[in-house]
Amino acid sequence: MGLGGAAPAKNGADVSAALELRRVYAGYGPFRALFDVNLTIAAGEAVALVGSNGAGKTSLARVASGLVTPSEGSVVVNGRDLTRAPAYRYARAGVAHAPEGRSVFATLTVEENLELSIHRIRGRKGLKAGLEQAYALYPILGERRQQLAGTLSGGEQRMLTMARVLVDAPRLLIADELSLGLAPLMVQHTYEALQQLRQSGVALLVIEQHVTHALALCDRVVILDRGTPTWIGSSEQARTRLQTVLHSPPTSN
Amino acid sequence: MFANIGEDIVTAVLQGAPPGTVYALVALGFVLAYKTSGVFNLAFGAQAYASAVLYFKTHAEWGWPVLPSLAVSVFVLAPLVGFLLESLIFRHLRTAPPVSSLVVAIGLTIAIPSIVDLALDFQPRNGQIPLGIVPNGNSVYYPVFDLYSFSRDELMAMGVATAAMLALAAMFRFTMVGLKMRAVVESPRLTELNGLAADRISISAWMLSSLFAGLAGVLIAPRFPTLAPGRFFDIVVVAIAAAAVGALVSLPRAYIGGLALGVAIALFNTFIPRWANDHSWLRPMQNNITPALPFVVLFLVLVFMPGLRRARFAADPLAGVDPPPRSTVIPAPISASEIVRRTLGTTLLVVTLIVLFTRGDSAFLYLAGQGAALAVVYLSITIITGLAGHISLCQGSFAAVGAFTTYQLAARYDTSVLVGAVAGALVAAAVGALLSVPLIRLSGVWIAIATLAFAFFFDAVMVKFSWTGAPSGVATGDLVVPRPVIGPWDMASDKSFLAFLLAVLAIATVAVMLLSRSTTGRMLRATRGSEIAAQSIGISPTRARVLAFSLAAGLAGLGGALLVIQQESVNYDTNFAPFAALFWLVLVVTFGARAPEGAIAGAATFTLFDKVVLQGTFIGWLLRSPDRVPGLLPVSPKWRLVLFGLGTIQYASHPEGVLEMARARRNRRRAEDDDHDDDHVELALEASV
Ligand SMILES: Nc1ncnc2c1ncn2[C@@H]1O[C@H](COP(=O)(O)OP(=O)(O)O)[C@@H](O)[C@H]1O
Ligand SMILES: [Mg+2]
Repeated sequence: MGLGGAAPAKNGADVSAALELRRVYAGYGPFRALFDVNLTIAAGEAVALVGSNGAGKTSLARVASGLVTPSEGSVVVNGRDLTRAPAYRYARAGVAHAPEGRSVFATLTVEENLELSIHRIRGRKGLKAGLEQAYALYPILGERRQQLAGTLSGGEQRMLTMARVLVDAPRLLIADELSLGLAPLMVQHTYEALQQLRQSGVALLVIEQHVTHALALCDRVVILDRGTPTWIGSSEQARTRLQTVLHSPPTSN
Repeated sequence: MFANIGEDIVTAVLQGAPPGTVYALVALGFVLAYKTSGVFNLAFGAQAYASAVLYFKTHAEWGWPVLPSLAVSVFVLAPLVGFLLESLIFRHLRTAPPVSSLVVAIGLTIAIPSIVDLALDFQPRNGQIPLGIVPNGNSVYYPVFDLYSFSRDELMAMGVATAAMLALAAMFRFTMVGLKMRAVVESPRLTELNGLAADRISISAWMLSSLFAGLAGVLIAPRFPTLAPGRFFDIVVVAIAAAAVGALVSLPRAYIGGLALGVAIALFNTFIPRWANDHSWLRPMQNNITPALPFVVLFLVLVFMPGLRRARFAADPLAGVDPPPRSTVIPAPISASEIVRRTLGTTLLVVTLIVLFTRGDSAFLYLAGQGAALAVVYLSITIITGLAGHISLCQGSFAAVGAFTTYQLAARYDTSVLVGAVAGALVAAAVGALLSVPLIRLSGVWIAIATLAFAFFFDAVMVKFSWTGAPSGVATGDLVVPRPVIGPWDMASDKSFLAFLLAVLAIATVAVMLLSRSTTGRMLRATRGSEIAAQSIGISPTRARVLAFSLAAGLAGLGGALLVIQQESVNYDTNFAPFAALFWLVLVVTFGARAPEGAIAGAATFTLFDKVVLQGTFIGWLLRSPDRVPGLLPVSPKWRLVLFGLGTIQYASHPEGVLEMARARRNRRRAEDDDHDDDHVELALEASV
């Protein structure tokens, strides 16, 4: 059941949509994780993706950044159909994905981790400014710039992952388990940075455990259940609805 | 006294430096490929051979000047080969288990040299000494402290290796290209999330590594008396030992490891003969210790440095994106068409045998006998690889143990060769069991490399004792083995011995089939998917592995004994040398290691493919006249190596082999239609190698 059409407000701006998933089915080998997903995120719009463990949130994020190729349906990024394209084409089209967990190059230093994408986007000349920006965001990374990323603490690795996508200034930023492992102060910093990006027109797709944080940032909420969006609505509507969903026992698979 | 020893040490160091740099050069290239692609590229030696041959051809035979020859062979051919290998083969294996790409690399090790020989019409000839890249490279010498004189070739190779090491290290550390390559090594996916095309980066890494292979090939060639692919393969194994010192990922340490090996060998060569004067027990070994050094080092490093095994596969942070491994074995319900197929196959076999026995000329009878004996050896691969899921590269050594035991018993104690063969099988089984003990904690690729190290150790040391082979007679075939006589039955003729061999083969085939269906077989199969899972259902992986190795070694020993009885002498070098035995694995894996048919088809191919197909005998027979055979035939026997070497490429996607591929495909379709839950339990256990 496609609920994309039932979404309120902003999806009138289809032409300039940052991301459009049309009737997407996806999975891993024979295993299906997503069924008939329709979702449109307009430029500058922030969407929170909510659902229980194993609902398919991570899988949806992977489809949106090209890590997982859908078996059916299509993925359109900034008006370009990238359904079968490799992940790097998504990144070049302006999708920045911070995967869940420790997604850093453990054998590269903090600085080298950041250089990879900053160099691609801003060239050699912009390298320094980009690094400064990342270190201003998370000063601890600046102190550890020569340390191997694999030796950072979990929270620091998370900061490194977020620093990369925040400095990217993409068209669409996807953050999976955004604040998991971050200290409260750093969560606050991260949200402030996201808020700024949003105001400058970046679309956001946020997967977050602290639903209250996410609701404060996002315009719209998508609830995913067993691989398919079962509810899409505004943050205000979501607030009342989630009270009930979140406090009922999780659905078993 | 001390001054003397000091002088000796300096001399040894100087002497060891040139071969040491050669090892270092190859180790660098090998590490580069391993680091950037994760492929354990045993075909590195074959790539080096390709460039060396092209250089020789253009420079020495066609008389091109050095620079154009060098440009074509090293800077054009070598990266081109790398480009083709990556884009046609290894790219598609990126998510396959490392063992699959190892098997493919072994296939390429066999195929590439033959392709080169065929394409360039090159035939290695004795006394055809390869030239270096500097004029008079091997005749102008530069003495150092009056202790040792370096040839120009040696100096050149040392200079180039050192410069290359520095350039590579600088590239990895200081350039954006190097950074991207390191990123791809760790996680191609995360690299792509950064907007970088992982494919393109890894193809440039392959081209760079292949450039190194080419450079190494051309620089090393002058050290060899003649250009032969086997020597390049040997050097790669030595270089892996050097690289292992640097955990296979550190370029500077690979370089130092190579130098250290060269120097250590020179030191041993200097001092061991002297110690042997005082300690007589050293004497019989004095010539064997030094060539074995690299292999001993490699074996010990593999067994005792657990860090090495983890070094490359520092887990990809995005590994969670991969689907669970596809199960490759679908328990096959025997269908009606299956029964028809098997009946047809058996009938064909019987008819062929009848024709062979009544009409076959002596050459065919001889080849068929050889094939039957080899099939027994190949069945050991069915056990170790097909059933237990290990890649063993020392089946040749196990077979040689059986062969030498038979020879020694017959030559010294006049024992019947059949008794000798049984004894040989038992000794080989014991050797296999012993070898498996230090390998207990290794898995996958590392078992393959450790067994390869053992095979080379056996080749360098064990073969040369008077109580195994004989220091001189190994190659020349004067280790004569008689044919057996059972009561009134004298098997001196090829025909009667062929009948005996076929009987033994039939028994061995049935035994392997029974084994695979028995509880023991199930236990072996259970450990191939996951030893931890097997352990959790009460199977001891240690016991399973020791059992698998001793059974396979025993069978290989029996087959090896039968082979030399059939050939009436022990031809160690042609039959059992490590490089020769690589082709066995290639054949069995191509046809299918899971069922005995694969081993039998592989052995038949090994002995008969050349005579029957490539020389046009079969087509001639079909057309009822040898004169009508198309002018295309006969073609070079090297096509056999090309075809089946490349045949391993399908191993990665179809580890069950070509014979089973079609059947498995049918069954999979059927299994998808009606899922049986109990099938799935077994499927999970039997996940691919
Ligand atoms: N690599 C994989 N292979 C097979 N199944 C997977 C893989 N990754 C996730 N899944 C399955 O897909 C479903 C959705 O997972 P995921 O997208 O990670 O959910 P979430 O992020 O909402 O917890 C789960 O049932 C999970 O087990
Ligand atoms: Mg998740």
